[in-house]
Amino acid sequence: MNNHLFLPLIVPLMGAALAVLLGRRRTLARAVVLAVVLFSTGYGGWLLWLVSVAGRQATQASNWPAPFGISLVADLLGATMLFVSSLLMLGAVAYSLATIEADYEQHFYYPLLLLLLLGVSGAFLTGDLFNLYVWFEVLLMSSFGLLTLGGTRGQLVGGLKYVVLNLVGSTVFLIGGGMIYGLAGTLNMAHLGERLATLREPGLATAIAGLFLFAFGSKAAIAPLFFWLPESYHTPPPAVTAIFSGLMTKVGVYALYRVFGLVLANELARMAPLILALAGATMVLGVLGALAQTEMRRVLSFTIIAEVGYCVMGLGLASAAGLAAGLLFTAHVMIVKAGLLFLAGAIERSAGTGDLRKLGGMARREPVLATFWFLGMLSLAGVPPMSGFFGKLALLQAGVAQGQYVITGVAATVSLLIFLALLKIWNEVFWKKSYEDQSKLPRVSVAALAPGALLVVLSLVIGVAAGPISELSALAGAQALDLTGYAQATCGAGGCEAAMSELMK
Amino acid sequence: MTLILAISIGCLFAGAIYLMLRRSVVKLILGLLLLSHGVNLLIFTMGDGVRRGAPPIVDDAGLPPANVADPLVQALILTAIVISFGLTAFVLALAYRANQAVGSDDLNDMIE
Amino acid sequence: MYDSVILRSVARLMLPILLMLAVFMLLRGHNLPGGGFIGGLVASCAVILQMVAFGPTFARRALPANYLAIAAFGVLFAGVWGLPSLIGGQPFLTSLWLPQPIPGVGKIGTPVLFDVGVFLTVVGVTTQIALLLAEEPLLFPTERGPADGEGAPRA
Repeated sequence: MNNHLFLPLIVPLMGAALAVLLGRRRTLARAVVLAVVLFSTGYGGWLLWLVSVAGRQATQASNWPAPFGISLVADLLGATMLFVSSLLMLGAVAYSLATIEADYEQHFYYPLLLLLLLGVSGAFLTGDLFNLYVWFEVLLMSSFGLLTLGGTRGQLVGGLKYVVLNLVGSTVFLIGGGMIYGLAGTLNMAHLGERLATLREPGLATAIAGLFLFAFGSKAAIAPLFFWLPESYHTPPPAVTAIFSGLMTKVGVYALYRVFGLVLANELARMAPLILALAGATMVLGVLGALAQTEMRRVLSFTIIAEVGYCVMGLGLASAAGLAAGLLFTAHVMIVKAGLLFLAGAIERSAGTGDLRKLGGMARREPVLATFWFLGMLSLAGVPPMSGFFGKLALLQAGVAQGQYVITGVAATVSLLIFLALLKIWNEVFWKKSYEDQSKLPRVSVAALAPGALLVVLSLVIGVAAGPISELSALAGAQALDLTGYAQATCGAGGCEAAMSELMK
Repeated sequence: MTLILAISIGCLFAGAIYLMLRRSVVKLILGLLLLSHGVNLLIFTMGDGVRRGAPPIVDDAGLPPANVADPLVQALILTAIVISFGLTAFVLALAYRANQAVGSDDLNDMIE
Repeated sequence: MYDSVILRSVARLMLPILLMLAVFMLLRGHNLPGGGFIGGLVASCAVILQMVAFGPTFARRALPANYLAIAAFGVLFAGVWGLPSLIGGQPFLTSLWLPQPIPGVGKIGTPVLFDVGVFLTVVGVTTQIALLLAEEPLLFPTERGPADGEGAPRA
């Protein structure tokens, strides 16, 4: 058994409880939080290495045999997402240590971050559909807390919309989960996939697929369901915006990949045109919104939506190549977007505003920050040496190879428009002369600069090491669609149905 | 039995959606509560006891035992109740705060 | 506001009874209906009843405790009892039982202790939420007091 799979769940949970207990002893509480996040990042890297060398890892919670108990399964898709998420969480904690106000810290900011990490890790590792729902709720609950912790009017109003929309999304997820249990009589994802593949009445499965598309789509912020995101994402502190942009929508994307790739593979083939259309609409609407905004974090929030369109496009291509490209793009965008948001937060903190019209002259004032921003912008736009180029290239290649010329064309055009939206920030914030006297403003500290800069450097590294990383993502894409292998890893060599009839004797 | 449950679920969903489409925040939250009750009942009907007549349990002889309900749906509902309990407490606190900050219960006033 | 004689008399009487019922519920939980969650709700009902009858200030004094710390400790405690099986090479939370039942208490194993942790968490979180919501007008008497996230329940 691979009992180490429990560690990324136990450690953040215990760490959060310890940090609450330590309370006013701030140095100690911070040390605990930092240790937990460092452990999670290290473990995530090690797990990714292990899965890429030794194949899928699985274990059964409290020793209930699969498919009856809750299985934890790590495949390349889950392990990659786990690693990137804990890396971002490390960045967020480092950035928060440098910038977050004492008031936030008193109100359990760090324990909430650890609970968010717990929920995300659980969602990436679980092999059980209902357990996925529970992890979603864990991470949503902590995200609600993080979003509204400041208690300002904007946070409360934006937070209310975020909470209500996500509650409706979760409820729809629950309806889908209940109906799929009524249909197939199991909740283990591998077992569900086996049973749904040989279903006699596929109509209900299509309805359930629609429910899941709505539920995960509202969390991932795809086309008609994204409006809560720009309402709420710019209100909390920059560290929270960055970690949300990296984790929250991407967990929705991961759930779409997992459930449609594994459980509802037949429905994926049937719904692919719809998913592609939604992906295209998401890209276009997101980027148009970004072009219309005049505040740094609002522009970036809208570009998150456009990029979710690319992630979903990978799913809509409904092939191993598409999923591989989508995963590569998702990992890249998580890293770069969080990095840019950290940098934007550092600027906002130093200048006291995020309004593009009021900012200016940052290229001269903060040349180092400007350099990293420029690199990150190129990466997000998809300029060759950076990671964004390879992610987008893989997506476009997969689109052309499958004859999906419309979505490929839309993706290529929107890519240019994203660049335009980012150039707007570049021109206004960095290039333009400042109209106000900035000499009294504080400088950006190294501690506030470092997390964003390191993430941008990581994007460069991914770009340089694109060969092996694309191979890994191709493998991950193939694994994400390989139900037989997943079932063998979860339930044993015969698959889940055989394991169940064996146990029933 | 299934018919009664189906009608109750339908009524709960209809009431929930009606309440959620109102402009008042309190009614919105009440609608969410009703919705979660409706879903719990829906999961209940998805249990084998109601739909197929036999729970997924076997006794030592490998036969389905008499008079046993499907325990899994009950566990699922209990989990869902616990989660919606926590979320409701949070949403109520949040709505209370938002009401204080905005000075109104009307969703149309909840703009920045 | 808090002046019902009947409610006050009953609440005074019910405090020990409810707490005992909570422990009873907790201990029978692993084989019969009950368990840590239900027991925790009953125990927090005991405090909430005091709050309804006498007001939140009295309820804090009736059972003086840092409920948030109780909740955090409960999470730690519950998690710790999953660890022995992990150290023994079995998956997290695998149940381990003492061979002989202890008279008066019943069989003791890690699930019972895990349930104690759940019990503490539920007591802490539920009571804290209820008390904070009730205390809120006392803490922030003005219409628009300084806002914080204290009302947030922790998962």
